[in-house]
Amino acid sequence: MPADFNWAIGGEAGDGIDSTGKIFAQALSRAGRHVFTSKDFASRIRGGYTAYKVRTAVDPVQSVVDRLDVLIALTPRTIEENLDELHDGSVIIYDGERTTMENVEIPEGMIGLNVPLKRLAEEAGGAIMRNVVALGAACEVADFPIENLDSALEKRFGSKGKALVDNNKEAARKGRDYVADEYDHDFDYELETTDSDYVLLNGDEAIGMGAIAAGCKFYAGYPITPATDVMEYLTGRIEQFGGHVVQAEDELSAINIALGAARAGARSMTATSGPGIDLMAETFGLVATSETPLVVVDVMRSGPSTGMPTKQEQGDLNMMLYGGHGEIPRFVLGPTTISECFWKTVEAFNLAEKYQTPVYIAADLSLAVTEQTFPPETFDMDEVEIERGKVVDEESIEEWQNEKGQFKPHAITDDGVSPRAFPGTAEGAHMSTGLEHDELGRRTEDTEMRVEQVDKRNRKVETAREEENWEPREFGDPDSENLVISWGSNEGAMEEAIEFLEEDRVDVRFLSVPYLFPRPDLTAEVESAENVIVVECNATGQFADVVEHDTLSRVDRLNKYDGVRFKADELADDIKATLQEADQ
Amino acid sequence: MSSDVRFTDFKSDKQPTWCPGCGDFGTMNGMMKALANTGNDPDNTFVVAGIGCSGKIGTYMHSYALHGVHGRALPVGTGVKLANPDLEVMVAGGDGDGYSIGAGHFVHAVRRNVDMTYVVMDNRIYGLTKGQASPTSRKDFETSTTPEGPQQPPVNPLALALASGATFIAQSFSTDAQRHAEIVQEAIEHDGFGFVNVFSPCVTFNDVDTYDYFRDNLVDVAEEGHDRTDYDAAKEKILDASKEYQGVIWQSEKSIPYSEKHGVDADMSQIDDGAPEGAMDLVREFY
Repeated sequence: MPADFNWAIGGEAGDGIDSTGKIFAQALSRAGRHVFTSKDFASRIRGGYTAYKVRTAVDPVQSVVDRLDVLIALTPRTIEENLDELHDGSVIIYDGERTTMENVEIPEGMIGLNVPLKRLAEEAGGAIMRNVVALGAACEVADFPIENLDSALEKRFGSKGKALVDNNKEAARKGRDYVADEYDHDFDYELETTDSDYVLLNGDEAIGMGAIAAGCKFYAGYPITPATDVMEYLTGRIEQFGGHVVQAEDELSAINIALGAARAGARSMTATSGPGIDLMAETFGLVATSETPLVVVDVMRSGPSTGMPTKQEQGDLNMMLYGGHGEIPRFVLGPTTISECFWKTVEAFNLAEKYQTPVYIAADLSLAVTEQTFPPETFDMDEVEIERGKVVDEESIEEWQNEKGQFKPHAITDDGVSPRAFPGTAEGAHMSTGLEHDELGRRTEDTEMRVEQVDKRNRKVETAREEENWEPREFGDPDSENLVISWGSNEGAMEEAIEFLEEDRVDVRFLSVPYLFPRPDLTAEVESAENVIVVECNATGQFADVVEHDTLSRVDRLNKYDGVRFKADELADDIKATLQEADQ
Repeated sequence: MSSDVRFTDFKSDKQPTWCPGCGDFGTMNGMMKALANTGNDPDNTFVVAGIGCSGKIGTYMHSYALHGVHGRALPVGTGVKLANPDLEVMVAGGDGDGYSIGAGHFVHAVRRNVDMTYVVMDNRIYGLTKGQASPTSRKDFETSTTPEGPQQPPVNPLALALASGATFIAQSFSTDAQRHAEIVQEAIEHDGFGFVNVFSPCVTFNDVDTYDYFRDNLVDVAEEGHDRTDYDAAKEKILDASKEYQGVIWQSEKSIPYSEKHGVDADMSQIDDGAPEGAMDLVREFY
């Protein structure tokens, strides 16, 4: 276990929780510490409990744990909400001069630091800086040199002028000094700094960055939590690379605009969450049938219906695997970490164009809104490869024409992939349609052609199965008889859970599956294990069903669907319990 | 583009399955003539269509084309045009496609003012599903699903366009071949979203809005000396339910197409072999 430190700020939405948390996370990252953040927020603009949590260590951290060392509580509810994560010796920083915090009771065994945040902020130049005063206080508690906070404050407020930056620095120092002067206490924490340079980003940002890296020039989307950050990231950035973002009137329009751009030859993408995927389903079938390369991102949240829009779930797997009427060949990629959000997006564009097929990226809320530190070379742009598939030009188009000189965009081929002519290519004019069609793209109900076209489209999946890599990521003890399988954002928590389990002398082999369709054949792994547990954030075990289907074996299920991601220590306990039950 | 393109170059070798006498023949011929007259050829033209009789147009024309899902042709056309402004984009639809299932997209396509042409074959009936009321059917028009008529006022597509901020609104009659082709040509030449509602009679299911009806009631605004750049005059014509008008009824002199407003003018189909130059700056932003 890395010697980690867990910190949070909580209050009401609108209290500036997010930006304050981010400033501290950036300060830690710039001081060469690894950071993993999580957010607890409600679906409203003002009011309602919200919190920003930061876990930090010198070694990499990739999950949250059930523990809080320092809590900045702007409201009494913040303490209540986090009671089970606070422990003996946890420090709670609060402003006892604030009317709502006057009579707050610090739970037994914990250390309450009553810091007049608002008053000190006013002394530094304005009450609005009270959260920064609290950050200064936290620096003193954590023995984290306050100078590290300065550069994060400069980044946050630099564009608003030097005076504001200086006032904020002053506010932070007032918080630090107040704690040092009023509380003569050694808090047992020491946040060591290193010379490393890290970048700090979330999964939505990594998807957007991956899209630009992959040459995506066109994005159309409709705002929806928790996918909106993808559009916000791309807006203003994709233009610098010759691209464009359209905010559509709805999801139906978004996927159709993206489809149009893809037909024009652009690498094109849309992103949404489950309810938007439902709306896009009809066009998704058209994308596949017209053999248009398109990347569709589903940042999953709790469903069904509007569900819990700001909470975690992995409930859309079946929708992505099977959604839509008829049978739709597709690829479904599931990034398992924030950095993989970048690389899987790059891969998605290559697969989409090589196979002229829609590709789902199955991300989830925990990946999307969580920020994590990485060495910048994790996103080495020189490693990005672009494969555009069978695009024909004016010379090569001839071999794909029939005897009348007509281009065959849906030519029957051995690998299932037909030639593609961007509009504007001479002699390439053709139509495509969602109707069943012949090689020219024209409607047909001919029984033989119907079967040939269906087989051809499905053959693309078979070709890809053979030509591409669909391997899982492997962790833990390769010889263990306990096999844990998961997909999506559970990887980080599971990786750390393995370490907790090791402490308790429980060994596990862990396979994290980043490809949901096509996906690795896990039959041998499942058969050779004594106990198999599939871990996922949904109630029915959608991936467990798939594993059982693929391997013809029964598996145990560990499901979490309360809207909160797996925490590493909690997950370790759950796995132990599941293994014990299996042994009985 | 070449100057020797004839309108028949836009014709595919597929025989239309429209009913004999269908207004859509004339509508399509006019579109092909307008495309040829404006110097386009099939390889730089993209036609998008939705579902219904109108949706078949991509099959009978020769160009790059996509036949999409019901009501969503305008978004597709928007994506095509923005990703490659060099293409001439023409979107075709019917009254059900455009004013019912696609009404929301219509409003927003008009607002965006993307430089493309939208031709609606308005026959005031659902033809391909065999004769149900459409959004432009008359209030008392009896059909299999509305035995006493819809009992709702029909959508006024031109008014909807005007209220949404349209920069070009026209109406034509498919069988008045010369005039119809001229009007579509003006829509193509318009700098922005060119909208043409075409009376395109359904000879099988609509015995009210017939060729004879339109011949008797059609008034050409050009012959009336109508000033298309006069907003109030345009509004008056558009809201006048007593006549059927033909011609360009409204054209804004201040139209700024989407591409100009947003600086979208590159062909996006061409990309680098690897990540674009300067992409590493995207990573550094996260320090």
